[in-house]
Amino acid sequence: MSRYRKILTKVFASLLFIALVSSSKISFAADGEALFKANCANCHKPLEDYTGPKLQGARSREPNPTWAYKWVNNVNTMVETDPYAKGLLAKYGAKMTQFNLKEEEIKAILDYADNYKAPAAPTAGTAGAPAEDNSLLFGILTLVLAVIALILLQVNSSLRKLSDEKDGIIRTEPVPFYRNKTYIMMGVLVLFCLGGYITINAAIGLGRMKNYQPEQPIYYSHKVHAGTNQISCLYCHGGSQDSKHANIPSVNVCMNCHMAIKEYKGDPIVREDGKSVNGTAEIQKLYQYAGWNPDAKKYDKPGKAIEWIKIHNLPDHVYFNHSQHVKVGKQQCQTCHGPIQEMPEVYQFADLSMGWCINCHRESKVNFYNKESGEGNKFYSIYEKFHKDIKEGKLDSVTVEKIGGTECQKCHY
Amino acid sequence: MSNKKYWQSFGELNESDAFKKAAKDEFKENLLPLEDLDDGLLNAKAPRRDFLKYLGFSTAAATIAASCEMPVRKAVPYLRKPDDVIPGVANYYASTYVNEGDVVPVLVKQRDGRPIKIEGNEASAITGGGTSAQAQASVLDLYDTTRLRYPMQHDGKDFKEVTSFDAFDKLIATAMGAVAAKPTVILTSTITSPVTQQIITEYLAKSPAGSKHVQYDAISYSGMILANQACYGKKGLPSYHFDNAKVIVSLGADFLGTWLSPVEFSGQYAKTRRITGEKPEMSRHIQFEGALSLTGSNADDRYLHKPSQTGAIALALLAKLGGAVSAAAINDPAVAKGVDAAAAALNANKGAGLVVCGSNDVNIQIIVNAINEAIGANGKTINWAVTSNYRQGIDSDIVKLTEEMNAGAIGALLIYESNPVYTYYDSKKFADGLKKVPVTVSFNGTMNETTELCKFSIPSNHWLESWGDSEAKTGFISLQQPTINPLFKTRPFQASLLKWSGNATDYETYFKTYWTAKTGSADNYDSALQSGLIQPVAMPVGTATFSSGPVTEAAAKIAAVKGGNYEVVIYQKVSIGSGKQANNPWLQETPDPISKVTWDNYAIMSPAMAKAVLALDVIGSQYQGDGYEVHPEKPTVKLTVNGKSLELPVLILPGVHPSVIAVALGYGRESADKNRTSEYIGKSAAGAGFNAYPLVGFDGTGFSYTGAAEIAKTGNTYPLGQTQVHGSSESRPVIYETSLAKFIANPEQVCAEPNEERAKLIPFGGTEYRKDATIYPDLMEEKPGIKWGMSIDLNTCTGCSACVVACTAENNVSVVGKTQVMRAHEMHWLRIDRYFTGDMNNPDVVFQPMMCQHCDNAPCENVCPVAATNHSSEGLNQMTYNRCIGTRYCANNCPFKVRRFNWLDFNGADSFPDNQNPLLGVDLNDVTLQMNDDLTRMVLNPDVTVRSRGVIEKCSFCVQRLQENKLIAKKAEDPTLIRTVKTACMQACPTHAISFGNVHDKESDVYKIRFVDQKHRNFYVLEQLHVLPNVSYLAKIKNSDRHVTNEKEEGEEEKHEGAKTAEKEHA
Repeated sequence: MSRYRKILTKVFASLLFIALVSSSKISFAADGEALFKANCANCHKPLEDYTGPKLQGARSREPNPTWAYKWVNNVNTMVETDPYAKGLLAKYGAKMTQFNLKEEEIKAILDYADNYKAPAAPTAGTAGAPAEDNSLLFGILTLVLAVIALILLQVNSSLRKLSDEKDGIIRTEPVPFYRNKTYIMMGVLVLFCLGGYITINAAIGLGRMKNYQPEQPIYYSHKVHAGTNQISCLYCHGGSQDSKHANIPSVNVCMNCHMAIKEYKGDPIVREDGKSVNGTAEIQKLYQYAGWNPDAKKYDKPGKAIEWIKIHNLPDHVYFNHSQHVKVGKQQCQTCHGPIQEMPEVYQFADLSMGWCINCHRESKVNFYNKESGEGNKFYSIYEKFHKDIKEGKLDSVTVEKIGGTECQKCHY
Repeated sequence: MSNKKYWQSFGELNESDAFKKAAKDEFKENLLPLEDLDDGLLNAKAPRRDFLKYLGFSTAAATIAASCEMPVRKAVPYLRKPDDVIPGVANYYASTYVNEGDVVPVLVKQRDGRPIKIEGNEASAITGGGTSAQAQASVLDLYDTTRLRYPMQHDGKDFKEVTSFDAFDKLIATAMGAVAAKPTVILTSTITSPVTQQIITEYLAKSPAGSKHVQYDAISYSGMILANQACYGKKGLPSYHFDNAKVIVSLGADFLGTWLSPVEFSGQYAKTRRITGEKPEMSRHIQFEGALSLTGSNADDRYLHKPSQTGAIALALLAKLGGAVSAAAINDPAVAKGVDAAAAALNANKGAGLVVCGSNDVNIQIIVNAINEAIGANGKTINWAVTSNYRQGIDSDIVKLTEEMNAGAIGALLIYESNPVYTYYDSKKFADGLKKVPVTVSFNGTMNETTELCKFSIPSNHWLESWGDSEAKTGFISLQQPTINPLFKTRPFQASLLKWSGNATDYETYFKTYWTAKTGSADNYDSALQSGLIQPVAMPVGTATFSSGPVTEAAAKIAAVKGGNYEVVIYQKVSIGSGKQANNPWLQETPDPISKVTWDNYAIMSPAMAKAVLALDVIGSQYQGDGYEVHPEKPTVKLTVNGKSLELPVLILPGVHPSVIAVALGYGRESADKNRTSEYIGKSAAGAGFNAYPLVGFDGTGFSYTGAAEIAKTGNTYPLGQTQVHGSSESRPVIYETSLAKFIANPEQVCAEPNEERAKLIPFGGTEYRKDATIYPDLMEEKPGIKWGMSIDLNTCTGCSACVVACTAENNVSVVGKTQVMRAHEMHWLRIDRYFTGDMNNPDVVFQPMMCQHCDNAPCENVCPVAATNHSSEGLNQMTYNRCIGTRYCANNCPFKVRRFNWLDFNGADSFPDNQNPLLGVDLNDVTLQMNDDLTRMVLNPDVTVRSRGVIEKCSFCVQRLQENKLIAKKAEDPTLIRTVKTACMQACPTHAISFGNVHDKESDVYKIRFVDQKHRNFYVLEQLHVLPNVSYLAKIKNSDRHVTNEKEEGEEEKHEGAKTAEKEHA
C-alpha cells in the first residue's frame, strides 16, 4: 500500500510543480483606466496639458459639470456652435476626434482622471516591471518547494528504510532517485511538455516580428514629428483614408516642410544604443535624396527615392485595408501602431497575428446606424435584424464580428 | 426526371460503360503507388530506411526553417507622387482595344502604374460595355515575353540591335534614298484611325510616285464591300441593326462569334432575345450553315447544307421573296423547308427582317443585298447613314501587290499590324516577293512570320502604351490613351512615319492638335479623353439607293457553281480568331464554346462522315464511341483542298452536315526556322494546332473560305485537350427550356418539373426547401444585411466565352497547358457547359455558364476536415487557401463540379525557384514558364492571392470586388451604392446575361428577376438536392415551331427507356 502512496505523493508533487510553473498572471483592468488608455491617452494626460487639455478637473473647468458628456459625442457640431469649445480649438489648434461613448463611460474616464495620482518616481532598486518579477518569484518559490518536496520524500523514504530495518523488515535497497523509473518518467514528461510548448510557440512565432526596429536610411523620429511638433498622422500618411496602404509619404511631402526647416533645434536625439543623432545631418540626407540645394533653394540634382525598410509586413494571403479601419472604423493609428508619437524610431508594436486581429474584431463596435436619431453610418441601415433586436432590447451594440468581421473571406481572398 | 435528354458527349448519349465509369471515378488520377504499403507499415518494403529518410528530412527542414531570417522588405515611395495616383487604389482610364479592325471601347484598370484588367466602356453607344474574349485577353499581350524590345536591322544572318531611334532613322533614310525611283507601299490591316490615315496620306504624298497604302485583312470581307459597291455605289459596309430585327436569317455568318463586329451584334441580338413583360416577344433567328458555329448554336432553327449551296439558297430565298431571278430547286427537302420558313417569316415582317451572309463571294453578297432590299431592310435594319469601317481590305489589292513585289517593282514595303507570310493563302509567293523588295520594314510589335523576313524591324507600342483613335463607325470615335510608359524601346508606327516624312511634330502633339481641332477646344478634347468617346446623341439612320443591275449576272454565276463530294469550311474560333493573339495562353486555354477543345485546331466532322471515312460509329456502337471519346488521342485524316494537304486530328461533332469538314484558322504558327518558333512566335503558339491558311482559295476576285475537299484516313493519332466531359452532371436535369408559343400560353409550364419536385414536400407539411427540406436551422434567416445572388439568363447567353477570360484575368486563374487539360486538370473557375439535345444529326444547343453556386446548404462545407471552406453571413461559400490541406473531399462532394485542385505548382509559388523545371515536357508545358516570367506576372491582380500547389480553389463571386464595393458604400454612408457592384464575368458579358446583387434589396436587379419580372423562368440547378444555390438561371426560350420543351412530345417513342432506368438508378 505504502508504495502506491509513495507514487501518488510524487505524482501530486510533480503536478503541483507544473501547475505553479504554468500559472500566469490574470489581471482585471479598471474600467475608467482602460477606457482612458484606449480612447484618450493619445492626446490627453490626466495631470498636464498635452495635445489636448489635462483631464483632471475638466468637469470643474467646463461651463457645467455635464458639458463633457455632450461634448465627446458631438465634437463636430459643438466645435462650431459652443463658445467654450471654440475657445478650446483656438487654444489647442486641433479639433478633438468625435467619439461614440456612453455617459457612464465618459464619467468613468473623468473619474479616473480626477483620482489619478502621479506615480512615485521609480528608484534605482525597484526599476523594472514588478509583474515580471512576481512570476520569476513564483517560479523560484515553486522550484524551492519542489526541491524541498523532493528532499522530504527522500528523507521520508530514508526514515522508513531505517524504521523498517529497526523493525526487521527486509526490503530491497531503494534505487537512488536519479535511477528511479518513476522520477525519470516524470522528468521526461515534464521535459516533453515544456519542449512541446516552447517548440509550438516558437513555430507560431516564425514570421512574426513584434518589436522589429530596423535601422532606416534616414533617422526619422516620429517622436519629433508627431509627438513634439504635433503633425497629424494623416498629413503624411494620407493614403490611410483612401487606400489599402497607409503609404509612406513621397519625398516631395517631406520637402513641403523641410524646404524651410533646415536644421534641427529640438531636444537632443539619442539612439537606442546611446549614440546621439545629429538631426541637422539627417535633414541634409533628405536633401541628398530630394536633389535639393538649400542654399540656392532649388532642385538642382536628380532625386533618388528613399528605400525605407518596411516594418509592418503581412503575409501575401492577408488583405488589409487601412481606409476600412481609419475612415470607416474610425480607429486611431495608435490602436495598432502603439504610441507612435513617442517612438524615436518606429518599431512594430503589435505582433500582427491573426488572433490579435480577431480579438479586436470581436470587441470593436461598428458605428451602427440608429434609425431614430439618424446617427451612425447609414450603410448599416440594411442590417434589419439587428435594428429589430436593438429595438427589442436584445442587443445593445453591434460588434464587427456581428456583421461578419471574423469570417475567412473578409481578409483572405 | 426530365423526359428530354441533354448530353455533352456521345458516351453520355449512349450511357456507355466508359461514361458511367468516368462519372463514378471523378478524379481521373491513379492513386500514388502507396497500395504496396497497405500490408502494414512495418511489413512494407523498407519502412525503417524510409522512416529515417523522413526523419532526417523533416529535422533538416525544420532547422533550416527555424534558422531562416525574415527577409528585409523595402518600401519605396515616390520621389514626387503624381496627384492622381494613390498607391493601392486602382485608376480606370478610357481607351480602345483595336486589333486588325476589331474595335472595342474599354476602360483599363490600372493599379500602381500597371494595366491589369480590361473592362467594357459602358458609355459606348456601339458596344454598351460588352467585351470579347480577345479584348479581355489583350492585357496579357502587353506583358508577352516575345515582344520585340528594340529596333533591329537584319545583317543577312540575324537581327542586330540598332542602338538608338536616331541611328535607325538614318539607316532608313539611306536605304529609302537608294530606292527613290520605285514606289513605297504601306501594308497594314484595316486602319480605322482617322489620325493614322491622315499620317499615312501625308507620308505617301512625300513618297515616290506610285506609292500606295494597301489594307489587307487576314480574314477578308472584300466580297461584301465589292457587292455593296455594285449595288449601292458605296465601297464599304453599312451598320447593321439586329436590335430592330424581328426575323434574322444568317447564311453562314457567325455574327455572334467572329463575323465583323460580334461584340456589337451580340448586344443588339440580346435585346431581341431578352424576355420581358407580360407579353413576351423575341426575334426569330434562322441559320443556314455547313458546320456548327456559335451563332448557329443560338439559332431557333438551323438548316444544314454544303457550303457550295449557299448561293443557291440565297437565290431560292430571293425568288421566294418575289425577286426577279430564276432559282434552281433545292434538292435537300429539309433545307427547302427551311428556305420556305425563312421566306414566310421575312415576308410577314417586312421592314423588320435582316439577312446576313458569311460568304466572301461577291455574287452571293449581291443576292443577299437584293434579298434585304426585297424585305425592306434598307434604312431599317441596314443603315447606310452610318457606315462601318471594321474591314476595308480588298483581296485583289494584296494579290496585285504580291505580283508587283515578285516583279521587283516595289522599292520599299512598310508592314504594320499585318502578317501576310502567315495569313496569305499563297504564303511562299509573298515570302519570295518580300525578299525581292530592297527595303522592308516591319512595325509589328512581336517577331512574327513576316517580321523575321524583313530587313528592318522597329516595333510599335502595344495599344495600352499608345495614343490612338478609332472611327469604327462613321461619326463614332473612340480614343486610346496610354496607360503605362512603353515597357521597351518601342516607338509608335505613326511617330516613325511622321519623322520619316520630315514632320517635326511629335505624334502625341499631332494627335492632340488633330482632336482638339475636331472637338473644338482643349476642354472638349480632355472630356473626350476622359470618356474615351466622341459619339452623336442619337444614331442617324438612312438608306442608300439600290441598283438591281448586277443581280441577274450574279445569279447566273451562282447557278454555275459546282460543289464537291466533301467540302471544307474554314472558320475562326471566338478565342483565337485570325491567330494574331495565338501566343496568348489565356486564349489558347479557353475552350472553344462548341467543341470544348483547347490549344488546338482539328477537322470537325459529323458522326455520319466519321462512319464513312474512318469506319468509326460513335453513335451506333458504344464501344467505338468510347474508344474514340475517352482517350485524348484522336485519329487523324489527310485533308486536301486546292491541291494543298494538311494532316489534322478528327473531332466528331453532331450538327455538322455529313459532307462538311470544318477547320479553324489561327493555329500552327511557325517560324521560318522551326527551332526558333518558341523563341520568336512564343511558347504558347509553338506546337498549338495546324496552319489552315494554305487551304484558303482564291477565285480571281476574292478569297474563298470554302471549297471542295478530299479526305483520306492516315492511321495516325494526335491528342486533343477537350474539357467538356470533365465536369459531368451525370445526366441529371440541369436545363429547362420551352418554345415561345408555349411560354406565352402557360408561363409556369417551363419550370413545372422543379415545381413538382417541390410539391413533393406538401404531404410533409411544407413547400420550401429552405425551411422544410432540411434538419438544419435556416442560418441565412439569422444573418441580416447583404445576401449576394447571381442570375444568369440562358436566353441571352451566347456562349462567347468573354466571361471565361475575364474571370481568368480578374482572379489570377492559372493556365495549366495542354498536357494538364488532357488530364482534366484545367483551373477555370467559370466554365460554359455546352449541351446537345433533340435530333442527333442537327441538335439544339444550350450553353450554361457554370461556376460555384455558393450553396447555402453546401455539400462541400460539411466534408472539409479543416474548415477551409465555410459559409459567410453574406451567402458566400468561402474558400480559405492557407487553411486547405488538399483532401479534395469538397470537390468530390460538389454536385456542380466547380472546384479546382492545384495538382502542380502552376504559379511558381514554391519557395524553390527551379522546382518546376524537372516537370517540363512531362507534366508541364512551356506555357507555365511563360506565365511565371517576371514580366508576365505583372498582369496579376494584387488583391487576389496566387494559389500554390495542393489547394482547392473556385469561384469566389469576385469577393475582392464585393469588398471594395462595400467599402465604397460604407465610406459614402450610402447602402444603395451596393447596387453598382459587378463581378468580372458580368462586366465582360456583351449581352448582359448575368445579373448580380444583394437579394435582400428589393430594388436590386437580382431580386426583381427572381421574384417579380422573371419568376416563371427562374430555376436553380439541381435544386432538388436541397443545396440551396445562390446562383439562379432563367430557362431558355426558343422561338421555334419545333418541339423544344422538356416534357415529352405527344406520341414520341420511348427511345431511351433503358437509359432512363439507368438514370433513375443514378439518382
